[in-house]
Amino acid sequence: METPLIEFRDVTKRFGSRTILDQVNLKIYEGQVSTIIGKSGTGKSVLLKHIIGLLSPDEGSVLFRGNPIATLKKSEWDAYRVQVSYMFQNNALFDSMTVYDNVALPLQQTMNLSKSEIKHRVMARIEQTELTEVVYKYPSELSGGMQKRVALSRALVTDPTIVLFDEPTTGQDPIRKNAILAMIAEYQRKLGFTAILISHEIPDVFFISNRILALYDGQIVFQGTPEELDEFQHPFKDEVIQSLEGFQEELTGLYSQRHFKVRYQADLSRKRRDDTYAIALFTLVIRAMGAYIDKHFGAVGGFSTRHSINEFVTVLPYSDLDEAGRILEDFAKDFQDRGIRDLESVARKETDSAECIDFTILAGLAQGKPFVEMESIIEFAKFRQEEIARVQCELRR
Amino acid sequence: MTTHSHDQDPGANEVTGQPGTFVTRPFAAFGRKVISWVDHMGAAAIFLAKACIMIFRPKQIPGIIQQIYYIGAKSITIIMLVGFFTGMVLGLQSYHALVKFGAQGALGTLVALSLVRELGPVLTAIMITARAGSAMTAEIGIQRISEQIDALDTMRIDPLKFLISPRIAASIISFPLLTALFDLIGILGGFLSGVVLLGVNAGTYFHRVQSSVEMQDVTDGFIKSLVFAVIVTTVCCYQGYFTHMRTDSYGAKGVSLSTTSAVVLSCVLILVADYVVTSFLI
Repeated sequence: METPLIEFRDVTKRFGSRTILDQVNLKIYEGQVSTIIGKSGTGKSVLLKHIIGLLSPDEGSVLFRGNPIATLKKSEWDAYRVQVSYMFQNNALFDSMTVYDNVALPLQQTMNLSKSEIKHRVMARIEQTELTEVVYKYPSELSGGMQKRVALSRALVTDPTIVLFDEPTTGQDPIRKNAILAMIAEYQRKLGFTAILISHEIPDVFFISNRILALYDGQIVFQGTPEELDEFQHPFKDEVIQSLEGFQEELTGLYSQRHFKVRYQADLSRKRRDDTYAIALFTLVIRAMGAYIDKHFGAVGGFSTRHSINEFVTVLPYSDLDEAGRILEDFAKDFQDRGIRDLESVARKETDSAECIDFTILAGLAQGKPFVEMESIIEFAKFRQEEIARVQCELRR
Repeated sequence: MTTHSHDQDPGANEVTGQPGTFVTRPFAAFGRKVISWVDHMGAAAIFLAKACIMIFRPKQIPGIIQQIYYIGAKSITIIMLVGFFTGMVLGLQSYHALVKFGAQGALGTLVALSLVRELGPVLTAIMITARAGSAMTAEIGIQRISEQIDALDTMRIDPLKFLISPRIAASIISFPLLTALFDLIGILGGFLSGVVLLGVNAGTYFHRVQSSVEMQDVTDGFIKSLVFAVIVTTVCCYQGYFTHMRTDSYGAKGVSLSTTSAVVLSCVLILVADYVVTSFLI
């Protein structure tokens, strides 16, 4: 059995008469992205601060590679702390220092590096986080998203092996949120650090997480893979995950995977064995595309969800293949005419970039019967996918 | 705001809810207040001792120079202005008092000794408290409530070393120098009002200044200014550093109350310490 990198054993933390953490037990494994989810004010940040030693437990112990951190010798404690970095929820940037000075501070104060080496390392991080143009500006002159990236640069500049992210996407627009999560995932793969996140971005954060830890009523009620969370039955799921996913549903026009399954079973159970229904599978998923899919397919009783990171699946319980084909044609025309233009303008506004990206959207239809496994119908739809929309930068110039 | 294990509320040892009669309750409340004050003084002493030790750690020079510029150099104008008018009003009042005894020739002695021994160190310390001390509390307080101090901890930068030690070192250097400047400008202010405006002989004025002020007076003044430097910086930094521990208010309001407390407490302690130090030096 692999020894956890960090382990909480019966950790209890109280502030006055309030018990924030109540005998918390959890395990964080090396090289993984572990995400702590839970309602606001339930002690997620408190939990994270125990890992870096900003807080210490009233009862129980926090272990690093099996050793309680409270009993580490000073040299061992220092060696542990060198490896850990923390990105604060509100960034905690020094507002009287420039972006460069903020990022350089931990190197200047804790390492014996030459000025040129510090400059090299700081500029490398600043370039990676696309902050080159604001390097000598003060945090108050930057947007919230930029400040977040400065905080990310500062957290990564010392090349830590454990990085704690306290709600890294708070206050970001949807595109930036995904960009930050993607950036964390990319750096995690590239640098190989262990990432511990607090996030409310459900289900997006599941795509980059190896493990999910659910904090509920001061206790960790679930720890496991995102797939295992699907099977988990607990009030936490109703109160936290479904409410967050429901909110996403309103925003994107998509069903959460759970709601999708519930509706799928409800609709298909009413059908006779010889009835048919259609499934459409779209590849290359752009978040806002969900609204267009919902607009066309929702009108005929269709419902959609994200099938994988770049796929949407739509079930048309009351349509046969011919009708689904006609709806798909209308959708493709509308999306080619207006949808792509809308997406481009949103993307330009959000990213301040005039850069054009070639992309193609594929869609495939398949027909199935209620007793056939949905996944096999989806596979068939995938096999029949054809191009329905495309952006070619050369043609648009 | 979360409570830090290593930053326990220094004055949190209050015992509440004790039984008692209406006769004993006021004594209990007074006792709790006294215990709280003793706790705070102990915590402030430890805070000061730790920060003083950190002054001698590496990489402190740039921070100290920066703080000397802020506490010292940027206070020169206000110190000169206050010193000048203090000297002038001292010359004016003393002249009218001395004239009654026909002793206006002693004006230089009175102005110089008053400034060097007493007014110079005290008024300089009060002016620096108002200008730089309040700013120290507000800046550190805001850094505390916006988690910048926690961020230093997470980056393995000791907040006492990074924020407090340079300010204490800079104050210890700046206070005596500014006091000397205050004394000098004050004597010139006395000269202006006593000699130029009221007609005391210039040679007599400067002769009296030179002959009556001894090295011991100057040294005593500097000792006072060093004591005030330590008091003002400790009180102002301590109030800002532990602003999140206040129980009467939080956030920006907490910072504003900490700043007010720092200034009031510093001024009171300057006057108390002035008496205590004077009684030892005389």
